[in-house]
Amino acid sequence: MSAPTFRPDDDTPTLELRGVNKSFGAVQVLHDVHLTAYRGKVTALVGDNGAGKSTLIKAIAGIHPVDSGEFLFEGQPVHVTGPRDAAALGIEVVYQDLALADNLDVVQNMFLGRERRTGLLLDEVSMEQAARDTLARLSVRTLKSVRQQVSSLSGGQRQTVAIAKAVLWESKLVILDEPTAALGVAQTRQVLDLVRRLADTGHAVVFISHNMVDVFEVADRVAALYLGRVAADVPISEVDRTRVIELITAGRSGDLGIAPAAIAEVGV
Amino acid sequence: MSRTVQPSATDIPENPAPQSGFEGDVVDDSVGGYLRGYVNRVRGGDLGALPAVAGIVVLAILFTGLRPDTFPTPLNITNLLVQAVPISLLAMGLVFVLLLGEIDLSAGVVSGVCAAVMAVMMARSGIDWWWAVLVAAAVGAVIGLFTGVLVSVVRIPSFVVTLALFLGWQGVTLRIVGQGGTVPVRDPVIVGFTNDSLPALWGWILAAVVIVLFAALQLNRWRVQRSRNLASQPIAVVVARIVVIALVTLAVTWVLNLNRALNPNIQLLGVPYAVPVVVALLLLLTFVLTRTRFGRHVYAVGGNAEAARRAGINVTRIRILVFALSSTLAAISGIAAASRLASVDPGSGGGNTLLYAVAAAVIGGTSLFGGRGRVRDALLGGLVIAIIANGLGLLGVEAYLNFIITGGVLLLAASVDALARRRAAATGH
Repeated sequence: MSAPTFRPDDDTPTLELRGVNKSFGAVQVLHDVHLTAYRGKVTALVGDNGAGKSTLIKAIAGIHPVDSGEFLFEGQPVHVTGPRDAAALGIEVVYQDLALADNLDVVQNMFLGRERRTGLLLDEVSMEQAARDTLARLSVRTLKSVRQQVSSLSGGQRQTVAIAKAVLWESKLVILDEPTAALGVAQTRQVLDLVRRLADTGHAVVFISHNMVDVFEVADRVAALYLGRVAADVPISEVDRTRVIELITAGRSGDLGIAPAAIAEVGV
Repeated sequence: MSRTVQPSATDIPENPAPQSGFEGDVVDDSVGGYLRGYVNRVRGGDLGALPAVAGIVVLAILFTGLRPDTFPTPLNITNLLVQAVPISLLAMGLVFVLLLGEIDLSAGVVSGVCAAVMAVMMARSGIDWWWAVLVAAAVGAVIGLFTGVLVSVVRIPSFVVTLALFLGWQGVTLRIVGQGGTVPVRDPVIVGFTNDSLPALWGWILAAVVIVLFAALQLNRWRVQRSRNLASQPIAVVVARIVVIALVTLAVTWVLNLNRALNPNIQLLGVPYAVPVVVALLLLLTFVLTRTRFGRHVYAVGGNAEAARRAGINVTRIRILVFALSSTLAAISGIAAASRLASVDPGSGGGNTLLYAVAAAVIGGTSLFGGRGRVRDALLGGLVIAIIANGLGLLGVEAYLNFIITGGVLLLAASVDALARRRAAATGH
């Protein structure tokens, strides 16, 4: 596996959120959220339904800009006020519905909206080569042809194409929203391998999942959200499955988690 | 920290970093493999041009059998091609609209409005033909912009917008032409567009140019794909396609260059001017749809508008432009129809004009559900419709039967489309 830019000692987080708050009207969805994601590492973002995972990634992606708090990218404070800002920084999000056009082929989907041109013409040659290179870099061997229509692909292959599309753009941080949710065993395997390779090729990866098996298999760090608060953001070696589930359901586990006072304040 | 990923069955271990990109690309590029792929696609519901080509062949044989003296004559074949011109032009625009998953029920009457504008300018104000044609096309574009804004900015379903405009524009044509009136078109250029022909030599030269151009483009694309190690079709398939196109082009040119005059004392032959114009538009629009960013975005919006929006494509702009393009082509279609009849009346573009064009696009292989279709569908489907209309005319079928048969053909084509789509969803094609 080639790992051209992987530097495990690099301890500046690619993404660091400090004290981020977000409200929709009177409802505060994110409270004082701290989150870090490091290059070459997979950070699992876990939490129950309604814990604020989706709001958090949409905040990072600029779809719902944060109300207050610090947003640092590669150590620099930045202001992300829209999806274009996030894309310009190198943040790519793969949403659960993948956003692929079934009637286009793999190459066309990967370059959708950012087609390469020579003059007026689409530069199909260069796009197909770049798509092949990206897929090869991710060691994707499960596609028959890059000129296959996406409608003929399996769920795992579609996920692969969506992830490869995110990687194509010199992205530094890739956020995956439940990439294995709808997949079978073998396909989950492919996608988890791909997530690992994403990190190994120098990306910071944030991986949302409900599946503890997947989390413990692929993640280096785990961040647990509980009612809009970060209950823990720790290396995965410091927790086990039971503790993560406690963090998700109760916000606390032993010495980890939200202070009992804060939980009481939420009224649970 | 230790990695927890185990090697898996789907991952080939110990495979060094790939050399040329995509060693997983295992598509069989032999002729047999290509044919198997084609059969699989057809069985999976992607019928392509098959129904239209089969329709042309079967109908041609049928009408040749029923009317051997009048159907397969050079005169009738020329007539038939010219009959197909306005249908195909209108259908070309509709292909774009259908690709988005929208519909334009007003395209037919828009062609009437534009033809009326042109005819009135020339007949009542004595304006030059080119100026009148330009204004008619511009009127078409503006009408399309209006429709597009209502559909994509106001967000009224295109079915309702264009149904309302279908009625509205008929009123406008009536106002321009005048109650019960007919505006004659006497300009020799406009009338000659569908009624005069190129000299025989020019017909052959144009045919040769088309064949050489097509062959050069196909072979060059194949060469580039091969040299860069990209996905390509087998050379035999590429050559076969070139040969088929060349044979069809030469056969049509030959028939059109036969003397078709009924009076033995005069000579009437050559390719009608409208035919090369339609071929040129076919090439231009195919180029736009398959080789430009705009065309790619049209497919993307039709396939998954939300994905297109998230990819940063201005979906509203694409929709408006497509309606403008469609209405501009409707204007050209209206001009062709006016040229054929040498007049414009308040009913121009009404009646079954739109039905014919939608049927042409759908028979050609364009889906009513959006995302699938090509410009050539308009031409192939237009020929099918023209053969039906022409053949039924020769048979002297009563008007009521003509309506029923044509309506039935559209329903049949739409059923094939819907079934193909269901099949495609079931087989994952």
